Amino acid sequence: MYRYDEFDHTFVRERVAQFRDQTERRIAGDLTEDEYRPLRLMNGLYLQLHAYMLRIAVPYGTLSAKQLRQLAMIGDTWDKGYGHFTTRQNLQFNWPKLEDVPDILAALADVEMHAIQTSGNCIRNVTADHWAGVAADELEDPRPWAELLRQWSSLHPEFCFLPRKFKIAVTAAEADRAAVAFHDIGLKIVKNAKGEAGFQVLVGGGMGRTPMIAKVCRDWLPKGELLAYIEAVMRVYNLYGRRDNKYKARIKILLHEEGDETFRKMVDEEYAKVVAAGGVRHLVPAEEIARIEKYFAPPKYDALPDVDPQLNQHLKANAKFARWYEVNVAKHKQPGYAIVNISLKPEGGIPGDATSDQMRAVADLADKFSLSELRVSHAQNLVLPYVRKRDVVAVYHALEKQGLASANLGLVTDIIACPGLDYCALATARSIPIAQAISKRFEAPERQKQIGDLAIKISGCINACGHHHAGHIGILGLDKAGKEFYQITLGGSADEHASIGTIMGPGFSDVEVPAAIEKIVDTYIGLRQPGETFLSAYRRLGATPFKEAVYAQAAE
Amino acid sequence: MAEKKKDIRQVLTANLLRDGLVVFMTDGAAWSPWIDDAAIVTSKEAALELEGKGNIAAKSNLVIGPYLIDVVDDNGHPRAAHIREHLRTLGPTVRLDLGKQAERNGGGSGQGGAFI
Repeated sequence: MYRYDEFDHTFVRERVAQFRDQTERRIAGDLTEDEYRPLRLMNGLYLQLHAYMLRIAVPYGTLSAKQLRQLAMIGDTWDKGYGHFTTRQNLQFNWPKLEDVPDILAALADVEMHAIQTSGNCIRNVTADHWAGVAADELEDPRPWAELLRQWSSLHPEFCFLPRKFKIAVTAAEADRAAVAFHDIGLKIVKNAKGEAGFQVLVGGGMGRTPMIAKVCRDWLPKGELLAYIEAVMRVYNLYGRRDNKYKARIKILLHEEGDETFRKMVDEEYAKVVAAGGVRHLVPAEEIARIEKYFAPPKYDALPDVDPQLNQHLKANAKFARWYEVNVAKHKQPGYAIVNISLKPEGGIPGDATSDQMRAVADLADKFSLSELRVSHAQNLVLPYVRKRDVVAVYHALEKQGLASANLGLVTDIIACPGLDYCALATARSIPIAQAISKRFEAPERQKQIGDLAIKISGCINACGHHHAGHIGILGLDKAGKEFYQITLGGSADEHASIGTIMGPGFSDVEVPAAIEKIVDTYIGLRQPGETFLSAYRRLGATPFKEAVYAQAAE
Repeated sequence: MAEKKKDIRQVLTANLLRDGLVVFMTDGAAWSPWIDDAAIVTSKEAALELEGKGNIAAKSNLVIGPYLIDVVDDNGHPRAAHIREHLRTLGPTVRLDLGKQAERNGGGSGQGGAFI
């Protein structure tokens, strides 16, 4: 994985020193809250319902064992012994004291981490396919480009004060695990007719109060032109994006108001100017991308047969392990290796939370079995990307001891949920207790197996951090006359066939939600064809049978 | 015809600068973590006066963003009328071991926590 060079180290250290000084001045009263707020937000420090919250960037979801161990230490030393992994592959601490935050940032700098640009109207943490570099279905590892974008966008002088926040995601796989169509810019490495790899550039996707699927802005872009082209897109947005209304300030609104063709023309014109001004300099220097690519070079894999007899014996002998393997372990591009997904969704638990002890245990497993590297997924789970098949059973037993062996990846209890009104100052309703109640209701393994793939996603407000628009079943918590109230959407999807869920009908009180979800699930099971997933069945059947089932029940 | 005065029942809340914890202004213009200790105002004039004291505390960098919230009487205890504010008196309902609820039953009736 990428290692900081001298410039990176100096930059992050200087930023810590700067923030320490700003914080001391705030505590001494030399800075007012109005003056200090934008400074703390630029360093990922929010004030939430009960305390401050620090959001730490995990660039493109790649984390070393050493970094995870440091996060565990921070959780123990300055927080309350746990952290929360988010849908932007970041980690949040919910209880830091203001005066401790500079020390926390210094501890992060020690392991090449920071919290810069995890808030504010700037380019946020670049996210990526959490199986990047190891996925069997990918063209190549997209992370060198994500890293290039990270370096380019960090404190980019032109793009620090955009009309609104800006999110970029990158993938190089056929199956979209990075939800690229729901990003301001989604990048997909694809081949052109000549067989050359380049970027398909999608622009104008997003969730929030106006969900939109990104449009293809450029079918195929030579890789070397990436930064110049993105710069042109950003420049169009920065110039013409609305600043008069924060709810209409995202690039998706600009694209929607201008129309796809006009927007593309605006970008093309701007790009022509960039190229004219820069000449060949608009290309990413080949030696620079080669330098970054070295950090992501495939590891020296052991030459192993793809079938491991020992593993097969365990699979035959232990049904529980076999089920976990079937659900949580994915195909690796290298024979004899496996991608082990660690669910942070124990049945009835808090989605995305991990204790410091669990973080240390996973860091130990990464050191022992996964070349000291792991990943954070936008679905709030962790990944050990380089596990030899012969070691999978040992990993499983170690995870079991930590309560981290839930066999539910992609199933009904693998629920994405934002912190909601339990923590978040913007939330209008709680999300986590709804996730817990649904998870408890469907916790039986046989029931989860019977249902199959199902993505339930819950947001505690219209900002949609819980990705409810992209949930096969989405749940949005709202405030109705001071009471929590939940709207259900059906048919959303964040994959390569992205779609936005549609509101099923009138909403529900908190206690009514789990029963409504069960009715939807039962309707699917009753009407599905052999092998048909929930999403496929919904797309074939439409909303009517689900509505009839749910609201008939409500009328009874 | 004279306009009928609307009944109000409010307390002033804020977050402490140093740790962000939720506090309430008391009768003596101090800050308490417990809503039970809060000064309750029942007139617009008194609310404005309380808010003024809060703004002075904010200017002196003790607290951040003081604001008035509605409370209801709950067996002789003030209880935040809106769920958001009620949760601020307790802590996360999914972690009853954290927040004010871990020390005491929050403020007012101490209800909350259990859900669904």
